Amino acid sequence: MPNRRLTLRQRDARAGVSLVTPTVLIVCLVLLVPMLWAISIAFQDIKLINIRYAGFFGQYTLDNFVEVFQSSGFWSALWNTVLYTFGATTGSILVGLIAALAVRRPFKGRAIVRGLILLPYVAPVVAVAFVWTTMLNPQFGVVNNWGTRFLGWSEAIPFLSQHSTAMLTVIVFETWRYYPFAFLFLMARLQAVSKDTEEAAHVDGATPLQQFRHILLPQLLPTMVVLFTLRFVFTFSKFDDVYLLTGGGSGTEVVSVRVFELLTSRKDVSAACAQAVILALVLVVFLVIQRRATRRWNGDS
Amino acid sequence: MVATQSRPAPEKTRSSDRDPSLTRDRVERAVLPYVRWIVIALLVLASVVPFYYMLLLSVRSIQDLLLDPGNLAINPVDISVDAYKQVLSSTSNGGQGFLTLIRNSLLVALGTVVITLAVSIPGAYAVSRLVFKGRRQISALFLGVYLFPSVVVAVPLFVIFARVGLRGSLVGLAIVYVAQTIPVAVYMLRGYFDTIPTSLEEAALLDGCSRFGVIRRVSLPLAMPSIMATALYVCMIAWNEFLFALLFLVQDRDRWTVSLGLAQLSGSIEVPTTVLMAGSVVLTLPIIALFFLTERFLVEGLSAGAEKG
Repeated sequence: MPNRRLTLRQRDARAGVSLVTPTVLIVCLVLLVPMLWAISIAFQDIKLINIRYAGFFGQYTLDNFVEVFQSSGFWSALWNTVLYTFGATTGSILVGLIAALAVRRPFKGRAIVRGLILLPYVAPVVAVAFVWTTMLNPQFGVVNNWGTRFLGWSEAIPFLSQHSTAMLTVIVFETWRYYPFAFLFLMARLQAVSKDTEEAAHVDGATPLQQFRHILLPQLLPTMVVLFTLRFVFTFSKFDDVYLLTGGGSGTEVVSVRVFELLTSRKDVSAACAQAVILALVLVVFLVIQRRATRRWNGDS
Repeated sequence: MVATQSRPAPEKTRSSDRDPSLTRDRVERAVLPYVRWIVIALLVLASVVPFYYMLLLSVRSIQDLLLDPGNLAINPVDISVDAYKQVLSSTSNGGQGFLTLIRNSLLVALGTVVITLAVSIPGAYAVSRLVFKGRRQISALFLGVYLFPSVVVAVPLFVIFARVGLRGSLVGLAIVYVAQTIPVAVYMLRGYFDTIPTSLEEAALLDGCSRFGVIRRVSLPLAMPSIMATALYVCMIAWNEFLFALLFLVQDRDRWTVSLGLAQLSGSIEVPTTVLMAGSVVLTLPIIALFFLTERFLVEGLSAGAEKG
């Protein structure tokens, strides 16, 4: 009997390896190898014209990084990225939390409301970005039309093409598009919260807001931390939203849009890779800090 | 935002309840239900209005829109399908040829779903159930690449695909999508496999089933809801994706996806906004229809991992 168990285990181990191999292979070939290559290209001098001769090894140089750090465009793009990411991440989590709390208790039509709330997240980014640009259009967009007619704006506001509003508008768009994601996770977490503690607190005289503050919020916080990390990481390297809304103009150029521009219009492959690698490094630093902070915080409480 | 509204006004503390917190409780309980409904109404409006606006503009004529941009009502008499005609008719007929683009998007999305599922179901099963060397490292690897910025791999992939002749091909695009969706797919499926009791599989193993037989006859049927949810999510990502389509396919109009075609459409000045909105509807409608048909699966599948925190 023990002998047979052993062979079953061995057979399982073999099956495990063969079952998992295709996924690992694809991920390595299409993501991991290109990533390593990106790092290598960042240390070489490669333009789109001489890309044919580019390999893993070559004349390594730090020039690209020096150039990146010396260009003012990079620093402002990095600052924009940080601003955009913090704004959109906290915005979407806060709105998602409010939405999850509002939809928490069952009511008639709750399933429909949930479905409608998820729409911005499900819909294709290109389509929703165009609807937003159309709605915000200074000439024929409904927002400016109503704003001047009903809200007493003296003139139409070019939301996406003036420095004072463009970044904020992009952040609001991103919040709108991703609060459903936070909503989904927080709702699932709320469903798992037992009602007993809240009822007991109510008997003890806690008001609904006190119950939220002292009973619900502590239970939701770990999910919110995970959400913050996930959304932060994804938004930090997000390309399409900003590209489609402003093309990176009016003070909204984020690093990923800059990488794209370097690659396609300046055809400078190495500079593009160098910036992308720096972007990834900043993210890694963020993740490490974030992990440390959560661990410390967990240790304290 | 709610706190300021619900703080009791000072004169209220003079009411029959001597304990101020009881009054606060009463005020909160009276006010919060209204706040809740206002919040729900605002959220639904914020979600729905842009889509309504999209639909509205797509069936209005451009003159109508320019004359009265603030009108949000649909007048059935004025409905015009010209914009759709222009979007869908082929380029040789002076249209935008979106039917070809729809076919391209469908091919890429379906291909991505099939390949992703074919490799991630076995992978997720192995990571969830079987003990083998390197199992934990593989989970870490998937998490790592999941969090990795796609702009970073975009540049080298662009170069590699240009070299092997996959740039500008739908197959190449599908391969990128597969690699990008595998980590999520494995995560979602694995979470579900973890919830299936092992006893069922053990019983089948004792009855003389091989491991692969167990997977096919026991585990797969049980995991069907999760497989559906994963398929939908992957399909959504592949249908909506924009960056890689732009990088790889932009030179060859016949291979554009709908997302890319729409983005290119907006670049040309002579295309009226109504046509742009009709294109947006064409791009959005299939994915939203799919979503509403299968919402329950998707919501459960996506948030399955949330409880674990």
